[in-house]
Amino acid sequence: MTAPTEENQAPDLLYSEAEDDLRAAVRSLLADRCDAPTVLARVESDAPYDPQLWKALAADIGTAGLLVPEKLGGQGAGHREAAVVLEELGRSVAPAPYLTSAVVATETLLALAAQDRPVAGLLGDLATGRRIAVLAVPFSAAAPDAAQPAGVVAGAVEGMVTGVADAVTADVLLVPTTDGLYAVETGTAGVSVEPLVSLDLTRPLATVRLAKAAGTRLADGASAVSAVRRGLLAGAGLLASEQLGLAEWCLTETVRYTRERHQFNRPVGSFQSLKHRMAQLWLEVVSARAAARNAADALATGSPDTPLAVAVAQAYCSKVAVHAAEECIQLHGGIGMTWEHPAHLYLKRAKADSIAYGTAGHHREVIAELVELPAP
Amino acid sequence: MTTLDADELRRRTQDLLAAHPPAATDRTDFLKARFDAGLAWVHYPAGLGGLDAPRSLQPVVDAALAAAGAPDNDPRRIGIGLGMAAPTILGYGTDEQKRRFLRPLWVGEEVWCQLFSEPGAGSDLAALGTRAVRDGEDWVVDGQKVWTSSAHLARWAILIARTDPDQPKHRGISYFICDMTDPGVEVRPLRQITGEAEFNEVFLTGVRIPDSRRLGPVGEGWKVARTTLMNERVSIGGARIPREGGMIGPVARTWRARPELRTHDLHQRLLTLWVEAEVARLTGTRLRQQLVAGQPGPEGSGMKLAFARLNQEISGLEVELLGQEGLLYSEWTMRRPELVDFTGRDAGYRYLRSKGNSIEGGTSEVLLNIVAERVLGLPVEPRNDKDVAWKDLAR
Repeated sequence: MTAPTEENQAPDLLYSEAEDDLRAAVRSLLADRCDAPTVLARVESDAPYDPQLWKALAADIGTAGLLVPEKLGGQGAGHREAAVVLEELGRSVAPAPYLTSAVVATETLLALAAQDRPVAGLLGDLATGRRIAVLAVPFSAAAPDAAQPAGVVAGAVEGMVTGVADAVTADVLLVPTTDGLYAVETGTAGVSVEPLVSLDLTRPLATVRLAKAAGTRLADGASAVSAVRRGLLAGAGLLASEQLGLAEWCLTETVRYTRERHQFNRPVGSFQSLKHRMAQLWLEVVSARAAARNAADALATGSPDTPLAVAVAQAYCSKVAVHAAEECIQLHGGIGMTWEHPAHLYLKRAKADSIAYGTAGHHREVIAELVELPAP
Repeated sequence: MTTLDADELRRRTQDLLAAHPPAATDRTDFLKARFDAGLAWVHYPAGLGGLDAPRSLQPVVDAALAAAGAPDNDPRRIGIGLGMAAPTILGYGTDEQKRRFLRPLWVGEEVWCQLFSEPGAGSDLAALGTRAVRDGEDWVVDGQKVWTSSAHLARWAILIARTDPDQPKHRGISYFICDMTDPGVEVRPLRQITGEAEFNEVFLTGVRIPDSRRLGPVGEGWKVARTTLMNERVSIGGARIPREGGMIGPVARTWRARPELRTHDLHQRLLTLWVEAEVARLTGTRLRQQLVAGQPGPEGSGMKLAFARLNQEISGLEVELLGQEGLLYSEWTMRRPELVDFTGRDAGYRYLRSKGNSIEGGTSEVLLNIVAERVLGLPVEPRNDKDVAWKDLAR
């Protein structure tokens, strides 16, 4: 059967069978190695990241290389598949540098001439999960002009960037400088990565200081700006899928709990005032799925609509994730306010995510420009 | 036997067009010929306007007919017949009822309306009090129905009435086909907050309905009605729209054309609603893709909720954006429109009419209960009306 033409041009908002299989593999891994008590114990330790989990996720299942072409050592899949991985990581608030390394840093490098030896070599390392790279910009940065470019003096990188997500676990920093994009090894002399006390315990931030640090120049100024823009666009677009997964967990867990919790000789989930709030949340989650799939599909197909699809997904899904996490706490009552219950990990992740790669308000301003609804 | 694939349907459509060239054929004659060729609704049985073909093949026929400039049956005018009466007749009617009613219904010769809601039975429809009492081969019906669109144009109505008040409310209802030309049927326009009367009140006084016009067994009318209502919600939430195709379109165009009306506060609210309208549109697209892929999800129940709220908020913003002009209204003259036109009228009308979107076809509050209980599996509210005879219920 041939569907009407217009429907053919519409983005594919469903999940393919291969995507479902990928989801099942990731979910099963996370159920084994990353349940809520494990995450809680880890974030309180000095080692929030689990190297064994990263190896299994990135290398064994092969998710780190989804965006990277096979000839560069990746899986040659795309953003739709990476989005599914992020849904699952969001669902378990896993402390894993997937969004920062396998999406933002990887996409930034893919925007550069990937046949260049240092870029190709680094991409190969990231794709297999052997090494982790992060873009040295604040996690809140939505565009290259929000970065804090370092300087370059006699070939060495000089500067300071605050609020860099996952820097503490990175092997390589991709540093935007006034002289283009540099790759700087975190073990190099002159590089210091100082952990910050972060709102989101599952995605720690750090301050990166570079004092005459030796680095490899990957791109000149203009290429660096467009590469960073592309990396941040992919990050914002796929963050929506993480927010979707997170919101889904909050809803599922709240429904489960309110079905079991009894007060006034009834399950509290039988009270309309609670049911309506959960039904409303379900509607938001269903809508967030359409918005997030639309952004992932646009990124995957290189649609000219990509900037709009990403901005719409971020303007919508940020709010849904925060709302879901807030409702989760409220509808759990007292237990939701305790440190022991994992709901707070989701609230903190959701709130941090709503600032990451630009707030909803920032993305609405982008939309205003793209669809010509100018401010007064 | 020929396989009914897309090519075969295209061939049959071309045969129809060749035998009855649209340019040289009366509109109704063409529609009758189309019905008789089984190309009206291909998933219906042969002999009843269909070919027992998959429903997904209907667009093949529609596209070929549209390309040839053939007339359609003006589905907006006969929406209740097509969307609600027909599936119910098909599901529960006798062979004789199907043969008698489906063809003139589809062709549009006979308009249908729906006699369900009553002044005392809105959300709690099963509590309805219109009585049908058996008298020989007939039922005698007395009562009052409300919110009946097209009642003043309709030849027939689908009607639910109480046949056994001693049973609990869901069990004593039967389902009938009511002749709207019966002398006991009185239709009065029901004027709404918009000033016009898009709906009617229908008073039934000693209306005689032959038992041969009952749909489904006596006392099982509620079960039959659920078929009708399920189809109503599908038709309310299912339409495809382009970007800025809904109520956000007019307000976005006003924003672009009239810079003098812009304020910062309105800008923030407009952008928020624009995003929500776009996401609702994508959610509808995804729902349709699921249906095409044969994975129907429960998302449909949510679409009506989303559009009701959006229509209300967007039209409210639009009136405010218009400022001084928002203080005016086009006209309060009482009219009886044949079709409801949501976007072709001014902002004030849209604002007032959309207040009904969260009431008609299931209030938003009832729909939230349905999502909570049937989709999320939350426990039902304890209730005290299920096992009590209808006559003993509080009213």
